[in-house]
Amino acid sequence: MTFDAAKRHLLTGAAAVVGMAIAPGVTLIAPAQARKAGEPASDKVRWGLLIDANKCDAGCDDCVVACRTENGWQGHDRPTTDPQWIRKVNLKDNKTGATVSLPVMCQHCENPPCVDVCPTGASMRRADGIVLVDKHICIGCRYCMMACPYKARSFVHEDTTGQKPYMPRGKGTVESCTLCAHRIDIGGTPACVEACGAKAGKEAMMFGDLNDPDSDISKELSKRASTRLRADLGLEPGVHYRGL
Amino acid sequence: MIHVKSLFGILFAAVIVLSIAAPAAMAESTVPLPSPAKAFKGKQCVEPADVMRREHMNFLKHQRDETVREGIRGNKYSLQQCIDCHATADPKIQNGEVRTLQPFCGACHTYAAVNIDCFACHNPTAPLETSGASKNIEFDKMIAAHLGQGNPDQTSKNAGGAQ
Repeated sequence: MTFDAAKRHLLTGAAAVVGMAIAPGVTLIAPAQARKAGEPASDKVRWGLLIDANKCDAGCDDCVVACRTENGWQGHDRPTTDPQWIRKVNLKDNKTGATVSLPVMCQHCENPPCVDVCPTGASMRRADGIVLVDKHICIGCRYCMMACPYKARSFVHEDTTGQKPYMPRGKGTVESCTLCAHRIDIGGTPACVEACGAKAGKEAMMFGDLNDPDSDISKELSKRASTRLRADLGLEPGVHYRGL
Repeated sequence: MIHVKSLFGILFAAVIVLSIAAPAAMAESTVPLPSPAKAFKGKQCVEPADVMRREHMNFLKHQRDETVREGIRGNKYSLQQCIDCHATADPKIQNGEVRTLQPFCGACHTYAAVNIDCFACHNPTAPLETSGASKNIEFDKMIAAHLGQGNPDQTSKNAGGAQ
């Protein structure tokens, strides 16, 4: 199935849900638990996102800008090869005319196909569910990019300068959303979630521990139905969507 | 038996010759010994200098795996901290407007003809005025709080453990 076909699949039933767009407002902010210095990531935690597309504005790309600023990636005006950790996808149901806008990034799958295909072990899933590229051993073969059904990964084609101290990136390696692991590890939230809440004031994104039944995100997920992109693939993504 | 004795004799003579000749050969070398730049700040590294000279690559390799793959932050060894202390301004690099690790790492690595890959991805520079961890003050505060909480004897100088 091509990616366009996946989008169409995604759109199935979107119109019906858009109808309930302005359902009772929920505050999509969750404090993360800080881990102590020197402590490894634990599998007791499963980090995830809940994105409410009903609150997401087609004209707003604050999450993308925040990600770019935080992690120091930028384009070179070459859309087919530019790095893209997070992007806005706008969909329209041609029958009803209903539109929906949503950010798409690495879905941090429980069963990530990018990890399955990696020949060196560079593509990996951390104990707390964050899927990363260990660029130290990435050989840039890009199998993972082909394996990912979400087009979440990109390849660095250009020499890099001025990288952020906490986010090294270099030519010849694959990269993608890290769920801002460097922030999560010290008790923070991903930059996109922060920007959506604080700067854009939309609070369409919520971050938290899916394993903790008392976390805001788990409570919210239990309240009303949500969906995951291409749930039929059985990858068990950590990113949940509403309003599709 | 005589053969063995004469063999020892030859070996002994060889050792004598070598011990006299070796310093002479070194003195004749035209390649100057490396003189890495002095640290920008701090007088004592995380380990004694002779240990760091031999083992820094192993420390960093171990640390990078722990940080990237296990998510351990605030390690004793961190490339970020190397940069924090050892990056120095060099008029030949960006007009000396930033501190960079080049004058420190480059000296020995050029001498030993060892090609390092660290800075294909990691940024070797730091601003002149600050500790260089990041310009994001809020983020720096979070790191400081995080490190203070877990390890009272470590301070914010470990900030942003290189990933």
